[in-house]
Amino acid sequence: MSAPAADFRAGSVELPRRALEQFARLGDGARAMGWAEVRKLRHDHLDILTRSVQPLLWLFIFGTALRRNRALAGGFGDYRAYLAPGVMAQAALFIAIFFGLAVIWERDVGQLQRLLATPLPRLGIVLGKATGAGIRALTQACVLLVVLAVTGISIRWNALDIAGALVLLLLGTGGFACLSMILASLVRTRERFMGIGQLVMMPLFFASSALYPLSIMPRWLRIVARVNPLTYEVHGMRQLMLGISQGGTLWIDFAVGAFFLSLTAGIAAKAYPRAIL
Amino acid sequence: MTAVLVDDLVVRFDEIEAVRGVSFAVAPGEVFGLLGPNGAGKTTTIRVLTTLLPPTSGRALVAGHDVVRDGLAVRREIGYVPQAISVDGALTAAENLEFYGRVTGVPKHERRERIEQAVEAMELGSFLGRLGRTLSGGMLRRLEIATALLNRPRVLFLDEPTVGLDPTARRLVWERLEVLREEAGTTLLVTTHQMDEAERQCQRIAIMDFGSLAAQGTPDELCNEYGVASLDDVFTAATGHGIGEGGNLRDVRAGRRLSRRLG
Repeated sequence: MSAPAADFRAGSVELPRRALEQFARLGDGARAMGWAEVRKLRHDHLDILTRSVQPLLWLFIFGTALRRNRALAGGFGDYRAYLAPGVMAQAALFIAIFFGLAVIWERDVGQLQRLLATPLPRLGIVLGKATGAGIRALTQACVLLVVLAVTGISIRWNALDIAGALVLLLLGTGGFACLSMILASLVRTRERFMGIGQLVMMPLFFASSALYPLSIMPRWLRIVARVNPLTYEVHGMRQLMLGISQGGTLWIDFAVGAFFLSLTAGIAAKAYPRAIL
Repeated sequence: MTAVLVDDLVVRFDEIEAVRGVSFAVAPGEVFGLLGPNGAGKTTTIRVLTTLLPPTSGRALVAGHDVVRDGLAVRREIGYVPQAISVDGALTAAENLEFYGRVTGVPKHERRERIEQAVEAMELGSFLGRLGRTLSGGMLRRLEIATALLNRPRVLFLDEPTVGLDPTARRLVWERLEVLREEAGTTLLVTTHQMDEAERQCQRIAIMDFGSLAAQGTPDELCNEYGVASLDDVFTAATGHGIGEGGNLRDVRAGRRLSRRLG
């Protein structure tokens, strides 16, 4: 075999090997940061409890006040049960959006620079951060599920359905965490990020099906809600946890979640290193 | 082969030229000091060498790899300790080591051994189980350096490693770095604005001012060249002014935050 041909053969073996190595490193980032997040939660149990207060207030004050309102519950019996997936998604959204604050903090204390100087691919770091947010959201969702079980709020207690709902929650949280990293790469201070975070989070929350069905919204708001990934996340979770659907199919909800995460992770991987400038 | 080669490096942020045509080379196993006041361009230079910032023009090689074309290969060969304390305060010292072992790609079957070696090298054994936020400044710096050693770097970049530390902690950090250089032959590139420290610890020095290199050589060579007794005087003779406070609001705020964190 001629030398160039041998080089070409060697190169063609080298490329897939490098691609595989890169892919494995993406997983390493997610595993390392997920592991760190679990360890932090173990050192700070109080954080899980304090973060659970807000969703519980939504569920037991807002939900109880409107418990008998069948229009808000989209025809479903108990508004609190209808609200539960929305509240779970909302709590996860709060965690995810304010993850950008952690990025700014990490830049200020030097952790971001350290991470960016490791051999992890940029996408691996972003996916790792998204995994960290996902683990926090998952912990909170588990607390809410326990509360639902204890208080007898009726959802479908099917292991596969609950697992599917949690996967949707993870996809959504990961996507919103990446969105917050993109925002964090654009702003310099934590104070400014707080303002922008609120500006993004509130419209996402209210222009979605988290609190009420799309059918009672005015047309313009319905259009906005249909391009809001949170709507699909909540719709899918509601379908899995309660067995109710308000149009659309479950696979679309998963596809939108996966697409949203891929898109925001791709952009964040490009934008994230800018945060140190 | 040189451990670090910087050739006519320029870094520009819009109108501001932070690094202006800097060139220097660092030999393997050498302790090389980059000196200058805040805002001289030292950190920007280190950020280019650690692939955190792309240069506007010029060339930089670390362990034979181009920082622009082969950033990932550079990051496999280096350790980096930034100026701000990068240890995660919500994790214990042992967990910080495990975390950096994972993210720097240390194989699982070697991780425990490497962590033990780093713990021994930096004398961390007595506080492994303590949360990062409860450690003193000197402990934090040693832990940080230990986390940067796990991937057995050929070049270790230390950005102001002793800033904010008391004299005892500072001496201990330098002692451990000296042992590391002697035993592992690691190349150290250190930035500092403390001239006395650079004079004692660095084999060669480059003085930066307003983004340019004002002088470079061994401390003795520089003193002889300018006919003065100390590096402080070399700086004044080479730049035409004394080493002042320098830096902008962000630098000052970051410096104070760091001092607070280091107690």
